[in-house]
Amino acid sequence: MLDAKIPAGPLEEKWNYYKAHAKLVNPANRKKLEVIVVGAGLAGSSIAASLGEMGYSVKCFCFQDTPRRAHSVAAQGGVNACKNYENDGDSVYRMFYDTIKGGDFRAREGNVYRLAECSASLIDQAVAQGVPFGREYGGYLNNRSFGGVQVSRTFYARGQTGQQLLLGAYQALMRQVGAGSVQLFARHEMLDLVVIDKKARGIIVRNMDTGVLERHGAHAVVLATGGFGKIYYLSTLAMGCNGSAIWRAHKRGAFMANPSWTQIHPTSLPQSGEYQSKLTLMSESLRNDGRIWVPVNKDEQREPNQVPEEERDYYLERRYPAFGNLSPRDIASRAAKERIDAGFGIGPLKNAVYLDFSRAIKDQGEDKIRKKYGNLFRMYEKITGVNAYLEPMRISPAAHFSMGGLWVDYELMTTIPGLFALGEANFADHGANRLGANSLLQASIDGYFIAPYTMANYLADEIKAGSIDIRHAAFAAAEENVQQQLHMLMGIQGNLSADYFHKTLGKILYDKCGLSRSKVGLEAAIKEIVALREEFWQRLYVPGGYAINSELEKAGRVADYLELGELMCYDALTRNESCGAHFRTEYQTPEGEALRNDQDFSFISAWEWAGAGQSPLLHKESLHFEFVTPTVRSYK
Amino acid sequence: MRIRLKIWRQENEHDSGKMMSYTLEDINPHMSFLEMLDTLNEQLLKNGTRPVEFDHDCREGICGQCGVMINGRAHGPLKNTTTCQLHMRTFKDNEEIIIEPFRATAFPVKCDLKIDRSAFDRIIQSGGFIAVNTGQAPEANSIPIGSPEVEAAFDAAACIGCGACVAVCKNSSAALFTSAKIAHLALLPQGQIEAQARVRNMIDQMDREGFGHCSNTEACEVECPQQISVLHIARMNYEYNKAQLLKK
Repeated sequence: MLDAKIPAGPLEEKWNYYKAHAKLVNPANRKKLEVIVVGAGLAGSSIAASLGEMGYSVKCFCFQDTPRRAHSVAAQGGVNACKNYENDGDSVYRMFYDTIKGGDFRAREGNVYRLAECSASLIDQAVAQGVPFGREYGGYLNNRSFGGVQVSRTFYARGQTGQQLLLGAYQALMRQVGAGSVQLFARHEMLDLVVIDKKARGIIVRNMDTGVLERHGAHAVVLATGGFGKIYYLSTLAMGCNGSAIWRAHKRGAFMANPSWTQIHPTSLPQSGEYQSKLTLMSESLRNDGRIWVPVNKDEQREPNQVPEEERDYYLERRYPAFGNLSPRDIASRAAKERIDAGFGIGPLKNAVYLDFSRAIKDQGEDKIRKKYGNLFRMYEKITGVNAYLEPMRISPAAHFSMGGLWVDYELMTTIPGLFALGEANFADHGANRLGANSLLQASIDGYFIAPYTMANYLADEIKAGSIDIRHAAFAAAEENVQQQLHMLMGIQGNLSADYFHKTLGKILYDKCGLSRSKVGLEAAIKEIVALREEFWQRLYVPGGYAINSELEKAGRVADYLELGELMCYDALTRNESCGAHFRTEYQTPEGEALRNDQDFSFISAWEWAGAGQSPLLHKESLHFEFVTPTVRSYK
Repeated sequence: MRIRLKIWRQENEHDSGKMMSYTLEDINPHMSFLEMLDTLNEQLLKNGTRPVEFDHDCREGICGQCGVMINGRAHGPLKNTTTCQLHMRTFKDNEEIIIEPFRATAFPVKCDLKIDRSAFDRIIQSGGFIAVNTGQAPEANSIPIGSPEVEAAFDAAACIGCGACVAVCKNSSAALFTSAKIAHLALLPQGQIEAQARVRNMIDQMDREGFGHCSNTEACEVECPQQISVLHIARMNYEYNKAQLLKK
């Protein structure tokens, strides 16, 4: 049984107790301690900048050409924090409870409480950095509400909150790069983790411009590489988002937790053709004022504005009157799928539902709606050519966020000592469903306020290790391993592109390990993925050479996805219950709601790599609820 | 629809490069411009040739990674639209489309349409921040900022760092990019303390990177996907002159 090392004591004292008792590193010693940060989004930039400010020797790696492009940039709606500026009954406890309930009671109390507890400091930090959050005319910060909660605790910067928070962290990082405390390696991709005497001691990276492999040693390695929802190919993620860093760490011994728990976001733009490369997200904040509906008649031919009120089914308002259009994402997505599968979908492929602003525009005026969501309406028009002030948007569910990821303890350390995972790359805080506006929060809190303490606690004992020698045999072996894989990918010389395999895998996962799963489907999916993987290693074609080569980059990532996808299916198959985003069709209430099984499944599934071709090994971390009682999650 | 392409191909930074012609049949008008390039690449790969390298990532207009010259226009013919948000319905059947990388001395071409924009990072490193360490921040509402002021700062902060402003400028000036960051921070009370050092350092760095000077042609604003206003350049000049006058 895995131990998360959560401090004992009352919920509100755990983190304070930890901080008061964690080991510290003398400022004079910090320069001697090297830290590698892989990924430079909100979590990576914030930890790299924070450690640089404290005086550690930091190297930060990202595959983009600059950290400012990391996909945190695309988060739209906002970031949660319990400041209770609205005087509407918010508190740390309530935010904790909303989050743990939103996650369908499949997260740790201690972690979630800490997330809520640290949230207020993030707003302070971001404002000090110059993040232009929305404000009232009196000059004070404004809030909006988001799915799954009944208070307004979401801070926002128009519909570009992620961009502005990322730029704050990016600027802090650039300041450290300029000061020489952080070395930045853009366009470098981590391809292996180096473990010496069971501790993480470095990484092998590929310079994506020259193709040269490099060894980098450190006393601790941080993976802040984001989520792997792009495994579904069609997703709201950026094209480059990938699971390779965490997957390669997994193959070196780090456990993967709850890998099948993927959030399918309810408000993305629908797929319109086979050529499509991504599904653009429309912020959940739109559900504050937009109403979701489908026609009552299956064969509705009229334009949406011509369908009279009584012939519209506002199915979220109907099924979940208390939360209505602001029901949590898993519920809203599943409800959309239920209507679409039942034949009520709209649009040319009948794969979408309407998100309608006509009432909000009538009540509040077009100007007010434009001020709140102007950039989203513009984006919608750019992509679809449709003016959403005049007719409803068409939206559809799309793969979005990985609740699963590397297993970490309370200190955000993986099962490999010295290897930390932050932000979406870990699994820790969201349980089986993440609430909107909690991902920017978690990435930032991990990087600014948690890891600086927990990493010091680890690094304090590493001073005696001396500097890490990259001539060690483990570095040579890891580099050889990477070199071999690159040669193999280039050497197959088949006739199918990496994208072909990625799209095929994505379709398997959408159909059988997506919004709903079943034993039969998952067993079939595992067989299909194994076969697809074999085909990949026989028929892949990577043109070009070892220097700049997007096809080679994609091939490596897809090779990892083809293994990770299989693990996701194992994960979903062994969890004989429905919880949050994990909906097993065999386990549902007569009304079609998720049927959780706390008796047998109140645990985190942590998977150990058993070697190529071997079934993965399941470890369990029991979830203990000392302070809240898991209840049936109701938004009715 | 049928599309005829002329694309800049360049093996590496040392290669002199040349335009190559390709034809695509059966392009769906609802495809995005980058999906059209994906389709071309899939076709090139089938023929055993090296696909076209191009920068892209989020494909929703916010990461700033994509950006090419399309028929001589940065990000193509539409106003306030990144390359990834441009769709083929904008073009005519059988139209010839000429695609080149963003060109500037400070943006060397690495391969095909991929360029090196790390000069922008170095401009930010020279002063594009507020120097607040993690943990030092005061309570957020202790810094009240009027809504119009914060919205004006946001307008500047919305820059995505794509480099279109440099690519369209006859002087390859980075004035719009640099001024947007200077204005964002100068418009906020938090940014006042370092304002003078910031503007001097950032402008010095911009010059060191080999970007040209601004001569007020204003093409940058026209081509900017984020509608960043040239008025920020005026503010930058104002801040710079102020800083020079007050220099101790």
